[in-house]
Amino acid sequence: MTAVFKRELASYFTTPLGYVFVAVFCGFSGLFLYMFCLSAGQSDMSVVFSMMFFIMLTAIPVLTMRTMADEKRQKTDQLLLTSPVSLFGIVAGKFLAAFAVFFCGVLVMLVYAVALSIAVTNAGGAFGWAVFWGNFTGMLLMGGVFISVGIFISNFTENQMIAAIGSIGANFALCLFDLISGYVGNETLKNALNSLSVYYKYGEFTVGLFSLKNIVFFLSLTAIFLFLTARSIKRRQQS
Amino acid sequence: MIEVKNLSKSYGNINAVRNISFTVNDCEILGLLGANGAGKTTTMNILAGYLAGTGGEVLIDGRDISIDPIGAKKNVGYLPEQPPLYQDMTVDEYLNFVYGLKHCKMPKKSHLGEIKTLTGIEDVRSRVIRNLSKGYKQRTGLAGALVGNPNTLILDEPTVGLDPKQMIEMRSLIKKLGRAHTVILSSHILTEVQAVCGRIAIIDRGKLIAADTEDNLSKDLSAGYDLTLRIEGAKKDVLPILRQINNVSDVQTVRETEKNVFEYELKAKSDIRREVFRRMSARNMPILYMKNSELSLEEIFLKLTAGSFYGKGGDAE
Repeated sequence: MTAVFKRELASYFTTPLGYVFVAVFCGFSGLFLYMFCLSAGQSDMSVVFSMMFFIMLTAIPVLTMRTMADEKRQKTDQLLLTSPVSLFGIVAGKFLAAFAVFFCGVLVMLVYAVALSIAVTNAGGAFGWAVFWGNFTGMLLMGGVFISVGIFISNFTENQMIAAIGSIGANFALCLFDLISGYVGNETLKNALNSLSVYYKYGEFTVGLFSLKNIVFFLSLTAIFLFLTARSIKRRQQS
Repeated sequence: MIEVKNLSKSYGNINAVRNISFTVNDCEILGLLGANGAGKTTTMNILAGYLAGTGGEVLIDGRDISIDPIGAKKNVGYLPEQPPLYQDMTVDEYLNFVYGLKHCKMPKKSHLGEIKTLTGIEDVRSRVIRNLSKGYKQRTGLAGALVGNPNTLILDEPTVGLDPKQMIEMRSLIKKLGRAHTVILSSHILTEVQAVCGRIAIIDRGKLIAADTEDNLSKDLSAGYDLTLRIEGAKKDVLPILRQINNVSDVQTVRETEKNVFEYELKAKSDIRREVFRRMSARNMPILYMKNSELSLEEIFLKLTAGSFYGKGGDAE
């Protein structure tokens, strides 16, 4: 797993992909910070985090589109799958590398928060660190889910574009469960769809609700997609 | 040591590998021979753990690859037909990655250094793989397979795309590796298998139709008692004598090899060598050359894959 992690992480920064992702993340978060905090004279970054949700939704699939698809295209999956490494180890190595790049982008939010807190403190106010940490944790957990979904989708194709578009579609589907539930008459199905909505649960983080239930939900969802990725590789070997 | 027992692999309704069984002993090079689509690559992919068989067993040094895949894969170095190389890495970076991937415990610098020297990639170790020639890419792939010094090497058409000089170098390298490793090499190039392998397994349409040394295959498939002779003396005198020998069914004159020396091909139903010698000696007609008619590997291959299944190599169907 360590070898796969190191190789993946290096590959993000030997190609422009890692830099572009971090730049896009920093660029949009900076823009939203200016629009919703600096211009509006607000220190609450919740709106910035809410807006960044949609950037994550489309940018993370670009980060993960090559994880498995490119291995298949270059036939390097033959090296990974014939090495003495478990399938979950391979998938986990790739997940952690993508997550590390994502984390580099998310770190900029912390920089903004420190800058805002200094400004607010100098003006005699108090920065809402509790709300910030709720948002920050929510963003990391949400990113983990999107990355695991992206790796899962990337496993089904050799074409990176198809992987990216498929992942964006899957992410939207995950987030729109609560909207779809509005059109469902059956109460049980409606509740089931609501409970699967990641957007609703992410929203709870952005208003400062630090729920253990939601943390477990996001971590479980991430683990499920990683597990499904390993299973689908195994299934392909057996088919 | 590799033991393959009743291995099968199906893709839907297509049986790519059908009930194959064979063994490759330590320090032996087995050539897997077959036409395109015969099932060589599928067999190798299963042996290397890339694919799972739909039936049967594969044991690598006693470990079942389906039960203990990680343990079995520790003893395997695999070079697929297209080397699994990361194009954006340098040769050194690639080998370091493979070293980590295989959890290799040997001293890194000296081990990788030995492999680079053995495979002749020392000069290109800092170059990006994308920019290497096909020959160097193949060598780098082989170097990756050798990391961790696995007992078993599985090489799928290792000389495809190489120029004649590179082919000769690769074959000589594989022969050298065969002294210390168990090697399975697949190819559809007959001369390559002939030059490198101690034993040959022929696969046709997913079935193993023969597994033996080239000499034994040739003996078993030859008519048995047919002879090629060169005898000094007039053709009109020699031919009647040969035809009079019991159990000779046909005599053909092939050509005049020297002045008054003719080459004959005899088809016989029993061993007639001594009788030929006695009769020619009695007429003072010296036999300058006598040889059993053996089949070339090409003839063996064509004969076996023509539909007349051999049934010796372990095919249970």
